[in-house]
Amino acid sequence: MPWLSITVLLAFCIFIILIRLFLGPTPPDRLVGLDTLNTLVIVSMVTLGAAFNEVIYIDVAIVYALLSFVTTLFIAKYIEKGKF
Amino acid sequence: MILNIFTYIFIVIGCFFNILAAVGLHRFPDVYTRLHAGTKCTTFGSIFLILAVVLQSAGGWVAEGLSSSQSILTLHSLIALAAILLTNPTSAHAISRAAHRSGVKPVNAVVDDLEKEKP
Repeated sequence: MPWLSITVLLAFCIFIILIRLFLGPTPPDRLVGLDTLNTLVIVSMVTLGAAFNEVIYIDVAIVYALLSFVTTLFIAKYIEKGKF
Repeated sequence: MILNIFTYIFIVIGCFFNILAAVGLHRFPDVYTRLHAGTKCTTFGSIFLILAVVLQSAGGWVAEGLSSSQSILTLHSLIALAAILLTNPTSAHAISRAAHRSGVKPVNAVVDDLEKEKP
């Protein structure tokens, strides 16, 4: 299976999303870009784990998913109120 | 053999929807439509890419017997899929609510029912 080339393609998608992250006119635009980027990073970690046959990459992906969820919630709360 | 064909089909669907999300994030005009592209397409594509990993490692698990190392790969990929499925729609909801309450208006919107609602 061509897992490494899938990971390269996902990295290309991540690069396109990074352009939106820098361009985004309002703060919620940047947050949307960050959320999308986090999901693609999780998927590319799982495909890397399948490419090298290593379980530890997938464990890192699980922890990254939960931590990025908490990060997105906190930034959303910050945007909503303006301060904590 | 049939497992390989299904894995390739899942990989093609997943990669297609992830590229669609990256393109849609640039083509749509405002936050809410970008959220529509960036969250739903990546969730759908991620389901199919992780299911491809699960199919391949489950095939290895069946071939190598019960105590092979592919079992951990299968189960942990399923746990990662469950984490994505639980967290991604929730964070999209939080982002859209924060965007509306911070005063970002939808572009070209005719009816905005949330305007009448008291926060």
